[in-house]
Amino acid sequence: MNVNPTRMELTNLKRKLTTARRGHKLLKDKRDELMRRFLDMVRENKQLRRKVEVAILEANKHISVARSVMSGEALDVALMLPKMELSLEVSSKNVMSVNIPVFDVQMRSDNKADAYSYGFAYTSGDLDEAVENLSEVFVMMVRLAEIEKSCQMMSAEIEKTRRRVNALEHVLIPQYIDTIKYITMKLDENERSTTTRLMKVKDMMINQQLEMQKKQDALA
Amino acid sequence: MYKMAVVGDKDSIYGFASLGLGIFPCDDEESASKTVKELAKNGYGVIYITEELFEKLTDEVEHFRSMPLPAIIPIPGVKGNTGVGMRNVSVSVEKAVGSDIIS
Repeated sequence: MNVNPTRMELTNLKRKLTTARRGHKLLKDKRDELMRRFLDMVRENKQLRRKVEVAILEANKHISVARSVMSGEALDVALMLPKMELSLEVSSKNVMSVNIPVFDVQMRSDNKADAYSYGFAYTSGDLDEAVENLSEVFVMMVRLAEIEKSCQMMSAEIEKTRRRVNALEHVLIPQYIDTIKYITMKLDENERSTTTRLMKVKDMMINQQLEMQKKQDALA
Repeated sequence: MYKMAVVGDKDSIYGFASLGLGIFPCDDEESASKTVKELAKNGYGVIYITEELFEKLTDEVEHFRSMPLPAIIPIPGVKGNTGVGMRNVSVSVEKAVGSDIIS
């Protein structure tokens, strides 16, 4: 760093160094805790995703069968006007200063039968099966959305925090230490040179005095 | 109060209509990208999208990744599971840890 080697600069730098060290320690703790929670979450995320994917594939199979049994139009008509209506409440939870979303889904009706928005007479049984599968998996899907978004946000935060920790640890703190060392050495050097100068001057003065004494002795 | 949407090819997403999710059939990248942007603006909190399209919309996905809402979540379509959803989770791990340590 380019600074003047003065005492004031030295005290300033020392203060900055303590702050940087404390910040570094705090950020490191933050990173570790975030990482711990993130890993728990990612594990759950992967499990959930596996389950959801299997369930959706199952439902899709039924839909495909229904589509081949029924005419495409009949299927579209059957699903066109849903009886269910849902609304999503989003609140947020603060985990280590990352605001992760919490999703809460409200169905307009609790009646499970309302998922079937069609008469059973003209539709294939596979369609019923598919709709049932989907409504079962839906709770998991909401949780999946919540947790997957949280994972994404936390991973971004971890990356940021890690960068900060590294910058402090490998750039800023060593730089401060080097500069402090440089200033201390420079100040010490100045002090030594002052001392030697004083000694030299003192010697000269003593010599002068001795010379004067000698001259006076010679005259007397 | 937010809404939920499903984006993808018609066959994959029609089933979700019965649950009250908004369905937005899109077959190609362009219309899907437009739809996703529209939905994000119009109060949709969660957008499920078929893996097939998810793969193509990398720009949009990346754009919304750092935002709290909407959550864009890949789901398998009728054509089967491409594994993109899982890879997407791994990307998060890789970003956070440096390498994918959970497999």
